[in-house]
This record gives sequence, C-alpha cells and structure tokens, in this order.
Amino acid sequence: MIDDALAQAVSLLASTVRLAVPLVLASLAGLFAERSGVVDIGLEGKMLSGAFAAASVAHLSGSPWAGLAAAIAVSIALAMVHAYACITQRGNQVVAGMAINVLAVGLTVVLAYAWFNEGGNTPALPDPARFKAIVLPLARALADVPVLGRVYAGLVSGHNVIVYMTVALIPVVSFAVFRTRFGLRLRAVGENPHAVDTAGISVAALRYRAMVACGTLCGIAGAYLSIAQGAAFQREMTAGRGFLALAALIFGKWMPVPAVLACLLFAFADAVQGRLQGVSLPGIGVVPVQAIQALPYLLTVLLLAGFVGRAVAPKASGIPYNKEK
Amino acid sequence: MKGELPRWVDLGLLPAVNLLAALALSSLVVLAIGVNPLAALAILVRGAVGYPEAWGYTLYYATNFVFTGLAVAVAFHAGLFNIGGEGQAYVAGLGATLVCLGLDALPGFLVVPLAILAAAAFGAAWGAIPGWLQARRGSHVVITTIMFNFLASALMTYMLSNVLLDPTYGSPETRHFAPHATVWKLTDIAARFGFEAPRSPLNAATLLALAAAAFVWVYVWRTRAGYALRTVGANEQAARYAGIDPARTIIAAMAISGALAGLMAVNEVMGSQQRMVLAFTGGYGFVGIAVALMGRNHPVGVCLAALLFGALYQGGSDLAFEISTINRDLVIVIQGLVILFCGALENMFRPALAAFFARERAAA
Amino acid sequence: MEGVPALALAGVDKSFGAVHANRAIDLSVAQGSIHGIVGENGAGKSTLMGIAYGYYRPDAGTIRVDGRVVEISEPQDAIRAGIGMVHQHFMLVETFTVLENILLGAEGGALLARGEAEARAGLARLMAEYALEVDLDARVADLDVGAQQRVEILKALWRGARILILDEPTAVLTPQETDRLFALLAKWRDQGRTVLLITHKLREILAITDRVTVMRRGAVVATLETARTSQAELAELMVGRRVLLKVDKRAAVPGAEILRAEGLRHVDARGIERLRGISFAVHAGEIVGIAGVAGNGQSELIEALAGLKPLAGGRILFKGAPVDPPGSADACRSARARRIAHVPEDRLRMGLVASFAARESAILGYHDDADLGSGPFLDPDATRTRTNRLMEAFDVRPRLPELRSANFSGGNQQKLVLGREIDRDPELLIVGQPTRGVDIGAIEFIHRRLVDLRDAGKAILLVSCELDEILSLADRILVMFDGRIAGELPRAAADERQLGLLMAGVAAAA
Repeated sequence: MIDDALAQAVSLLASTVRLAVPLVLASLAGLFAERSGVVDIGLEGKMLSGAFAAASVAHLSGSPWAGLAAAIAVSIALAMVHAYACITQRGNQVVAGMAINVLAVGLTVVLAYAWFNEGGNTPALPDPARFKAIVLPLARALADVPVLGRVYAGLVSGHNVIVYMTVALIPVVSFAVFRTRFGLRLRAVGENPHAVDTAGISVAALRYRAMVACGTLCGIAGAYLSIAQGAAFQREMTAGRGFLALAALIFGKWMPVPAVLACLLFAFADAVQGRLQGVSLPGIGVVPVQAIQALPYLLTVLLLAGFVGRAVAPKASGIPYNKEK
Repeated sequence: MKGELPRWVDLGLLPAVNLLAALALSSLVVLAIGVNPLAALAILVRGAVGYPEAWGYTLYYATNFVFTGLAVAVAFHAGLFNIGGEGQAYVAGLGATLVCLGLDALPGFLVVPLAILAAAAFGAAWGAIPGWLQARRGSHVVITTIMFNFLASALMTYMLSNVLLDPTYGSPETRHFAPHATVWKLTDIAARFGFEAPRSPLNAATLLALAAAAFVWVYVWRTRAGYALRTVGANEQAARYAGIDPARTIIAAMAISGALAGLMAVNEVMGSQQRMVLAFTGGYGFVGIAVALMGRNHPVGVCLAALLFGALYQGGSDLAFEISTINRDLVIVIQGLVILFCGALENMFRPALAAFFARERAAA
Repeated sequence: MEGVPALALAGVDKSFGAVHANRAIDLSVAQGSIHGIVGENGAGKSTLMGIAYGYYRPDAGTIRVDGRVVEISEPQDAIRAGIGMVHQHFMLVETFTVLENILLGAEGGALLARGEAEARAGLARLMAEYALEVDLDARVADLDVGAQQRVEILKALWRGARILILDEPTAVLTPQETDRLFALLAKWRDQGRTVLLITHKLREILAITDRVTVMRRGAVVATLETARTSQAELAELMVGRRVLLKVDKRAAVPGAEILRAEGLRHVDARGIERLRGISFAVHAGEIVGIAGVAGNGQSELIEALAGLKPLAGGRILFKGAPVDPPGSADACRSARARRIAHVPEDRLRMGLVASFAARESAILGYHDDADLGSGPFLDPDATRTRTNRLMEAFDVRPRLPELRSANFSGGNQQKLVLGREIDRDPELLIVGQPTRGVDIGAIEFIHRRLVDLRDAGKAILLVSCELDEILSLADRILVMFDGRIAGELPRAAADERQLGLLMAGVAAAA
C-alpha cells in the first residue's frame, strides 16, 4: 500500500520534472529578455521554430545534437529579428513578439508541409535521432532499495540529457544574473538604460546579447519538445507553453529560482490533471480537466492583480530606448 | 519638423511600402518551396475575387476581420493593446448561443437582436475584466488578455463538452439553431426573392460590420467620450488634469473593444455555422491585430485591410487546393510578416521616405 | 596656470532635426579652474556637455583633452579620457544599491566579487577625503536627492575623472548642501583638477567660477573672467537685451477671501509626508507667490488645490465653502465648475497633449462645455472657433488650430494653456512655473496677463522656483520648506537674503 503510494508519487514527480523542463528553459529565456528591457511575448514562437528546426535536422542528419544546434540557431535568428525590431527600430515590443509567434506558426507548418508532405508535421524520428532517457549509474541496482533507491531510480535517473542540462542551467543562470558583470549590466539596463549608457556601456549591444541568450534557451526548449520528449514536430506543438513560461516568469517576479519553482508548480498541475481525469475527489466531486488547465493562467491573473502578492516588472521593460528622452 | 511626412505619404504610401515588404518576403517563402510566386499570386487573386462564390467567401472572412480589427483599434486609441480579441469573440459565442438555443421560443425579430446584444455583452465583459484589472489593480492588459484567451478556451471547452454538447454528434458542438434564430445568409435572402446567389457563408453580419466601423469613427473622433478615450491614450496625466477618470475610460474602452470582437460571433456562430463549434474563432482574433496595424487604427483603414486579409484567406484556400506543396497556412506567414512590417517595423522605411520628400521639397 | 587647456572644443555643431542646438561652438577650459557655463533654458548648454561626454555625437567639430585630439563618440571614450559627468537628472538605477550603481561600467572583471572588494576599500578613501559620506549598501531609491548626488559624484571619481562636468547640480539642493558642494569643487580645483559648472543661476557663477562662458540660442556669445563681470552684464548677454525684471504694476487692492487652506497634509505613494500642515489664504485682487527650492512640497500643494492630489488631512475652502475632497477626476471637474483654473507646472506632462492638434489641446478639461457640441457629440468646428479666439487673444503663433501641439514652441504652448485657463474667467488661478522653458518675449507677455488678471479682481496663487519671478509678480510671498510654510512676507518687506534663509529652512517663520 505504502509502496504503491510511493510509486505513484515518484512517477507523478518524474512527470512533473519532464513537463517542467520546457517551461523552465523558456522562462529563463524570458528572464534574459525582460530583465534587459525587452518584453517577450514571442517565447512561444521561438520555441516552436526551434522544435521544427530540431526535428527537421535530426530527421535529415540522424543526429539529435545537430538537431539541437539547428534549433538554437533558428531560435536565435528569430530572436535577432525580434531584437532588431525592438532595439534598433524601436518598434512596439508586444507587436514584435506577436509577429514572431504568428510567423512561427505559419512558417513551420508551411515548410513542414512542403518539405515532408505529412500534413504539416515532420516524419517520426527513429531512436538514434532523439535524446533518449539516460539510466544513471547504479539506478537499476538500487531500484529495489526502499524509498531512496526508488526515488533515485524513478525520479533522479531516467531522463534525457536536456533535462539534466536544464537542472545544471538553473544555478548557472542565477549566478550569471546576480554575481557577474553581465548580470549587473543586464539588471541595470532593464531598470534604467540611461544609467547604463552614461556609464559607458552600449544599451543596444547589451540588449542584443540578452536576446541571444533568450534565443538559445528557447531553441533548447523547442528541441526538447520535438526530439527529446517527442519524436517529431507537430503543428503548434508548443501549445501555449511559451505563454505559460511567461506567466511563470511573472509569478516568479523575474527572479530565476522563484520562476523555476513556478514552472514546477504549473508542471505539477499539468501532471496531476492527467491523473485526475474522471476521478472523483472526496468532498469536491469530479474536477473538470479544464479547471486544472486554467489554473496557471488564473493564478497569474490573480498575482498580477495583487490579490496574491505583488509582481513589479523591470521598470524600463517595454519601452524602446531613446537617448533624448 | 523632424521626420514629418506629407499626410498622403504617412497614411498611404508608408503602409503600402510596409505591406509590399511583407509580401516580398512572403514570395521568398513561396520561392523556397519551389513555386513561382507570380503564378501563386495569380491563383491567389483569382481565388479571392475571380468568381462570385470567391467574393462571397472573401467578404465573409473580411467581416470577421473588420470586427476584430476595430476591437484592436479602439483599445489602441486608449493606449491599450488588446490581444484578447480571440478570447472575447469566443466567449461572445457563448452569449449568442445561450440566447439562440434558450430563447428560440421567441420570434426572430426578438431573438436575433437579443442574441447580438448577448454576444456584444459577453465579449464586452471578457474585455472589461482585464480593463478593470489594469485600471484598478495595475496589472498589464497585454499579459491579462493573453491569460484570458487561455481562460476562455478552457471555459468554452468545458461548456461545449459538458453543458451545451449535442449528444447526437460525435464532436463537441451544439445543435443547429432554429432557422428563425439565425442571421440571414445572402443565399437565403436571395432565395426569398426568387434569385439564386452564389453559395457562401456571407450573411447580414457584413452590414453590421460596416455599421460598427461607422460607429467607431463617430465614437472616437466626434464624441466627448471619444475625446476622453484618446486623451487617456495619449497622456494619462493630462487626462487626470482634465477631469477625465482614466480608470473608468480604460474599462469602457476595453468593454467596447471586447464588444466589437464579440460581434465576430454574430458572423461565425449565428450567420455562417448557425451552431457553435469548438474553436470557431479560428485565430481570427489575432488577425485583427494585423488588420488594425495595417489600417493605422482608422476604421476606413481597418475595413480596407480586412478586405485584403479576407481575400488572402479565401485566395489562400484556392491556392492550397491547386498547388499541392503549398499549405493554407501560408496566409498565416503573410499575416505574421504584415504584423512585423506594419507594426513592429512600421518606421523602418520612414527615414528614407522622409529624406526623399525633404529633397523633393528642397528641389521644388 | 594658462598653458594647455584641460578641455577644448572647436567648431562643435549639433542639430536635432530642425533644431540647431549648438552652432560652431569654441570653448576652452583651463587646467585647474572652475569654468561656468550660463544660458537660458534651451540655450544649448546641456547638449554641449552631452557632446563633451559622448552622450550625443556632434555633427562637426573636434574635442581636445590636454591638448590631444580625442574621438569621443560614446561615454566610454569620455570616461577613458578622464571626463566625468553629473547629470541634471541622475543616472542611477533606483533598485540597485549604491555600490552596485558605482560598479556599473567599472566592475573590475567578469565576476563581481573582486571588484566589489576593491571598490569598497577605494570608495571608503574617497568618501573620507572629500566628505562624501553615503551608505554603500543602501538602496538608491531610499536616499534623498542630496545623497543621490553624492553617489553620482563618487561614480565619476571612482572612474578617475580629472575633468568633472556638473549639469545644474544645485537645482535640487538646499543652500547648505550647495555650500558643501561648492567647497568640494573648490578643493578639487586646488588639487589641479578641472570643473565645468552648468547653471542658470548667476549668483552661483559669481560665487565660485574663475571664468564663465555665456551661451544663447545654441551659440557662445562671450567668455569672461568672472572677477571682471557682473550679474547684470551676464544677464544681458544671456537674453540679448536688458531683462525686464520688474513688471509695471500698481499696488494690490485685496478684496474678499477666495481660497483658504487649513492644515493641508499629503502623504505620497512611498509613504513620505510631502505636505505637513499648510495653512494660508488668497484674496481677490492679489497675487500670492510661493517660493522655495524645488521639491519642498510646492507641486503637491498646487495639485491638491486643483483637485489632483488626495489629502491626508486638512481642508480647502473656496469662497468659504469646502471643496470636494481632492484626488479624483470628479474633484478636478468640480474645481473647474467653481471656476478654479489651473496652469500646471509642466505643460507637456499635464497641460496639453503633445500629439493632439492645438484645437484639441485647447479644450482639455473643457471638452464637456455645452457650446462645443450637442449632447454626447463634439463639434470640430466649435473647437476650431474657440481655438482661433484663444490664439488671437493670447498671441499664439502660428495661428494654426490644426497644427500638432508638440510643434509649437514652449512659449506658444504656454500661452495656449494660459489662454485656455484665463478664457473661462476664473475666480482663482493656480499657476505653477508659468515661464519655465519660455522665451523672454513670452515671459513678458505672460507676466503682463497675470497682473492684468489680478487687476481685474481675480485671485492668483503663483508657484515658482525663480525667485526673480516671485519678487516681480507677487504681492505677498510664502516660502515653503520641507512641506511647511517656513515664512510669510509682504512683498515690500521681502529681500533675497531673507527669502534665501527661509528657503533653506534656517530662519524661523516670521
């Protein structure tokens, strides 16, 4: 009985982790953009284009690493379009983000349709072209050890390489933002770009660099969806995860660790939802799946409205930098 | 003055140049697929306006885009970016459906106006809540409207699959509305007078769209409330100084914006489908953004841009049908590029044009 | 002492669109001197210093530092050449600590840890040497403006500046803080460093500088030895003709009490008490002037009286009856309905809408007037008619109701706002900084109209940071300091020295 509950819990948490990875990556991507002063509602589009590029190249080359590289390259390219519009042309950042999203939806399907002729999807990838689960040393041997061993085998071990990369990235991003020169400048430019400019630092170059970081992480997130978690690109396969990641970023008040925790919370809700379908909870009855799906969005709305805590965006985000003002 | 352009350039030439840039890039995509862009364009134009049915479809699509484009434009004049048109239209469908299904014991001249009002009211509410949250609680309307799109989607999926579902169908959709509880299609009207109109979903909602455009023009530029709306949009401090309540104005603007987006449901649910189906909004709410940007947030511009997008959607279907390697989603690529060039990059060509006209003036 | 100048600009030219901000400027600043630059608002001082600091790129001209030509195309180049700048609007990141602000751009390596340790030690030395104490771990947002300015100076020193440019540094300081700053600058000069001081306060120029350059309309009109010039000569050079500091006016004939403020208190969003019990009265037929250093509660006071800022205590009586509690749009409306007119301090922030046609800015606050349309509708012809009338009566040029408000000069914008407010025949006019950023011709016009309004028996409350303006217009003078009325003087009894002490919060209330 207890054994059973433990198995349930381990499997629930393991799927939470798997669902959280793209959110965490996109959320940290958004952190770089928004901390630099570029509002990014285009995470979704960058991720989607990354997913398509990864699946296409992995299919053609047979190598997941080539797929990952392509995803990063394409996502950075879109981030540069976004950056050019927002930074160089001082365009409306929300509009630019929207353009990226719409463009990505259209372009991925049109190209997939023309190149692979599978109705807007890419062909299913064979295992060697994907990032497969890695069984950590001793995981099998320890699988029967009560509690710790099972947690090790079921939760710590058995994920693909992008999952472990993401776990490693969290402290790295946190350190970079708070303890490095780049991070100091990044945080400054999102609050007061004039201060950065007069301190002898190029506002535009700094923001472009932040957008490269943003594109890189979105690319990895996209690759995760199509060649690690999934085995092909499907149309609109990001399914709103970019916006969910943005919500998590806001929920985490634009700080790396809290944003990651928010991603885990949202992913947990997602994992639970799959298991709750049709299950009647004591005292509540059957919870509609849609209610759980809506939960992250509802929470974000409540947070932004100050009903649960308060989130203050970087002051200069959304405003194009203009010296003369 | 700095970068000031002649009015016709600012309102006509610059948007045209931006549009051309978007179309030029789109044709590169077509070329990449291995299709001759000019041939594709010819099919597209013929598909959009080349035969009577095509006109019907083009106008039917354009009607949706007029509503959602006006919604974005009105919010824009209040300094708000409403990207929740999709969700507002979706929830508005619920309002229309509830009346059309629940009150169809009433005669048509009552149930149809009531359903239209319900669509507007539901859309208005779904827009006003983010407006209220921005005005009174300081949450940003862009993020909130995005969230509300997802909330609308969850709500409607639940309603359609649990509450309004017609059990005789396999898919989540309602039963057909009673014939008197629908908006007349052109084919029906023509049949009544003994003609045969080309088959298309075109219906009387198109007239409603034109009326909505006229309303927006009068409201924004010819009323005191519109003056207040534009003042809040241009300078909130000045509005407060002028005794205009920015909060009230923002909520009102978002309500009007939501209502306009909501009227799209009249065209889709009451006119074209005559029942409610899952995801009937089909992304048309987002097209409104491109339409408003291209139409420079002016009702006339919005109508023209909506017509163009209507033609693209209709022509795009024909194009996908005739050339097997081209997918209908090419239209979405064009839409994205239009948002990019007419919106985010709207001023990219401005310096060049300004320099050109400055030279012209100097020469004159 | 002459030798090679520390900083020399030659033929510097800069335009922003149609505005020719700097015209062929030549400027030479001697090593180890304090060099003043004076000029009216918009004379091009800040643009010139922005160019020296690399913030703006000049269209033409060369810059020499210590005799060598240097290419300064961004602040980085200026910093490397030993130029530091304290901007008028501080360039600080408010959410950062003092230390983070100072490190920004001078981090001393890719990781922060080492640079931080070095900076702490070095800054402790600098703070001790120049009496620039400030808590390195405090958040900048929590510091007062004087301390924020010290942070800016420390920033420049930490980057090794040998030439320090200060843009209107005393605008936000009390006289005592000003004295402290000037002592620091003098010490600097004595150590052989160079200071450029931009100001429009002639007194300061005479008090501290060695030489002074006068700018007018983007050009240098003279460079003088401070010891051999006078306030009058500088003033004349600045404006191009003798300033009419005195407005021709008769003695006031105060009538009935129009406005009475009783114990007004206001607490701002950050919880700071900006008004700490303000009481005074304004009568018909008099101009009451409120003097004070900017930031002592004057803005909050006039916005509360106009209905914009909520009160934490006290009440406002208009003709003996309490007004609606301020802080809402309705309060602004009802104030206007009672014929309380308000010319705000900052016309572009509040007084008009830059992107609107003049005829739309000309009805701001009056868009519900019955004669501007019927019912809910607004008639463009009616607004055009009204605007034409205002433009005629207040000499607004060009007379184009359809021209965008932003495209009028500052003086004409101000005349449009003033005309709009006076046109409604107010009982009380509350006017803040009526001539800020306004050319001299418009200043005379505006002063004349204010006196005429007074002579027509109306009450006027004038808030100005220009002491000269207060002295030439007001019949009675109140001085604000730290949210309180520090003193009240009839015009006849007021002199600059006494007002100065009151403004500094030194003298007790009279």
